[in-house]
Amino acid sequence: MHFAIGDFVIDLIQNSVEASSSLIEVEIDDATNGVHVRIADNGCGMSPDEINKAFDPLKNSAAKHPGRKAGFGLPFIKQAVEQADGSFRIRSEKGKGTEVCFSFPKSSIDSPPLGNVPELFLNALNMVGPRELILRRRRSSDGLSYEVKKSELVEAVGCLTSASSLLLVKQYLASQEE
Amino acid sequence: MAKMTLDQLRALRAQKQEELETRNVEGKDIQLIVGMGTCGIAAGAKQTFDAIVAALEKHKLANKVVVRQTGCMGLCYVEPTVEVIMPDMPPVIYGKMTSDVAEELVVKHLIEHSLLDNHIFDKPAIDIAKH
Repeated sequence: MHFAIGDFVIDLIQNSVEASSSLIEVEIDDATNGVHVRIADNGCGMSPDEINKAFDPLKNSAAKHPGRKAGFGLPFIKQAVEQADGSFRIRSEKGKGTEVCFSFPKSSIDSPPLGNVPELFLNALNMVGPRELILRRRRSSDGLSYEVKKSELVEAVGCLTSASSLLLVKQYLASQEE
Repeated sequence: MAKMTLDQLRALRAQKQEELETRNVEGKDIQLIVGMGTCGIAAGAKQTFDAIVAALEKHKLANKVVVRQTGCMGLCYVEPTVEVIMPDMPPVIYGKMTSDVAEELVVKHLIEHSLLDNHIFDKPAIDIAKH
């Protein structure tokens, strides 16, 4: 099982990448009452039947892994949110994309920690696939707010699979948390 | 640390490109591919990724290595996994690559050209591998 909210987020971003999305938006709002996350993509989307199957870990779509129908990303996050008495919503349209929104209340002892956001963003930016990835971060305790775009970072440092680029972006992301 | 602007990031990149030593690997690419499926994430692959990048910086190999992520390779029972593709070495998938083993991977495999025997796990599961 995942430890931090960031672990669930990177898992869901991976889903968006595997859905052949060219644009993925991620919003992480560390608010006073809870952590609110939104992940939206313009990938292949799912039909209502496919959405239902996506929540059954042993009856997943075979599109991602032919021959292996196990998929735990969405079942994990739904279970964790329900355990913490949070909220979860998914909207998807075949051929248009998918949006997943979930919240963990700060008041629940079962809500996992947010985790290291710059590390999460670095992992997401390293994923090959989407032409554009927009990452938005807010934290109400100190008014922190910033947005990072993959296209701008690629223009600044080059390919984000190069370890040297990753090191520079890691430093840049860490500075945005100040 | 003050918040960095994109202009400052560009300037830092230009500066680093002058400072970085280049190791002679005959101009060929080294690829490290970290498994980042649900199983990998649950086993600590994010920390492994971070430790690998840090080790590459420490040993001045950052400008010679490509670090990528992939989904589940069917080796869920030995996650985190790291596939290493390197000239003059056999392609290898290492398992149980927790963050504390990352530097050993960089030193032994990439620099000393020697395999980490206790971590070798052949190839991806047959239904995952692309034929």
